[in-house]
Amino acid sequence: MANPAESHDEVEIVACTNGPLLVRGEIDLRSADGEPIEQTRKTVALCRCGVSAIKPFCDGTHKLVNFTT
Amino acid sequence: MNPTESSPAQTTSPSVAHTSPTLCENWHDEEIEARGPISGLLLDAFRSQATPHTIVGLAAEVTAAVESGRDFVRDDDVQLALYLLYGLYYGGVVDSGDLWEWHVDTISARLELECAFEAQLRRLVSVPELPNATAEDVAQALFALTAPDPNAGPSLSRHVAKSLTHEQAIEFMVQRSIYTLKEADPHSWAIPRLTGRAKAALVEIQADEYGGGRRDRMHSELFARSMRGLGLDSRYGTYVNFVPAVTLASFNMISMFGMNRRLRGAIAGHLAAFEMTSSVPNGLYARGFRRLGFNEKVTEYFDEHVKADAVHEQIAARDLAGGLAESQPALLSEIFFGASACLLVDDWVGQHMLESWTSHNSSLRKPFPFAAVRASQAGLANRAAPATSANTGA
Repeated sequence: MANPAESHDEVEIVACTNGPLLVRGEIDLRSADGEPIEQTRKTVALCRCGVSAIKPFCDGTHKLVNFTT
Repeated sequence: MNPTESSPAQTTSPSVAHTSPTLCENWHDEEIEARGPISGLLLDAFRSQATPHTIVGLAAEVTAAVESGRDFVRDDDVQLALYLLYGLYYGGVVDSGDLWEWHVDTISARLELECAFEAQLRRLVSVPELPNATAEDVAQALFALTAPDPNAGPSLSRHVAKSLTHEQAIEFMVQRSIYTLKEADPHSWAIPRLTGRAKAALVEIQADEYGGGRRDRMHSELFARSMRGLGLDSRYGTYVNFVPAVTLASFNMISMFGMNRRLRGAIAGHLAAFEMTSSVPNGLYARGFRRLGFNEKVTEYFDEHVKADAVHEQIAARDLAGGLAESQPALLSEIFFGASACLLVDDWVGQHMLESWTSHNSSLRKPFPFAAVRASQAGLANRAAPATSANTGA
């Protein structure tokens, strides 16, 4: 895992049923062209249904499209 | 009202943005108006300079209200009384209540009113069929309970997105301010009442609500900035007199769930349902406020909640509610009572606004000084950008 040197904790990812990937711990999140993506909270939810308007983060819209895992 | 404050608040028009403090620490200087005998006796007592004493007539008025069988949810006097009594523990409502916080009369009144309020809620809230007491089953049952209903009638959030007017936007913020300027506080009472996985989950959510250690990121501060962006006064309690009983009832219910250890299942379920019905509506609120021309300063609160509550709902469902159910299966029905109560009462609040507006009425209980607030907002805009001859005359 690409992990910043200052990270102290292991990263935990919960694959939420019918929902996002819940990521706890410090991760190095970057766009396709390598730019860092700002994270304003310690735990983030990453979209995996594909319909979020704020990708890579989850905005809850998986519930509107009946996304199932 | 607060004698310890030396702010220049007294010179400020009551409902217009208070420009000097940048953060919402100062107390309001509005005189809270009694709405009946119980709230009247409490306000008189809290404002008197005498040391706490027996409040003559309070117990009789409380008993009379309870025995009347009135609809407590929409009873102005009862809901304001509960709001004042809980306010002793939060602060920021009536400033002179310190010595009343643990007085036997205020506690007795609160217990009796709470008991009747809770009994009414339990009569009206229908609890769904309970799942197995495993975290995953509880989470899935909560997501099913809170799922958006495609066949539902008009919703407040869709109205906000499509049709909200500027005056309704002001009312919306005034209604929300009762809870949101204290956002997260009523659920935080539950932290020491939980253990293990559920406690860690609640702290994880609440830490984020409180900005993760950054004061300017506290959600209550984001909301205060949004209020000021509309020209509203963001000091807590400024608009209490305008807010109907059902809005106070929504806040009082969370305070009741949070402050009573025996209701710890209900507070966990409430927060789960609250978070699970937040991301999508907040996206619609943001859209509505942008449609009205408000900038990021106003919409940041809503945008932040789209992202934050998509995280919180997962933690609240699995780790808070699910974790609590696994460790204490006997609380399962209470978790679903709290979740169902959240949905029902918040729907009453939303429908009250929606029905008022669709019939071209105000959702507030007395005429609101919209013109002064809008003038204040125009003043803010003028200060943000150097004034021109085109906008100074507003």
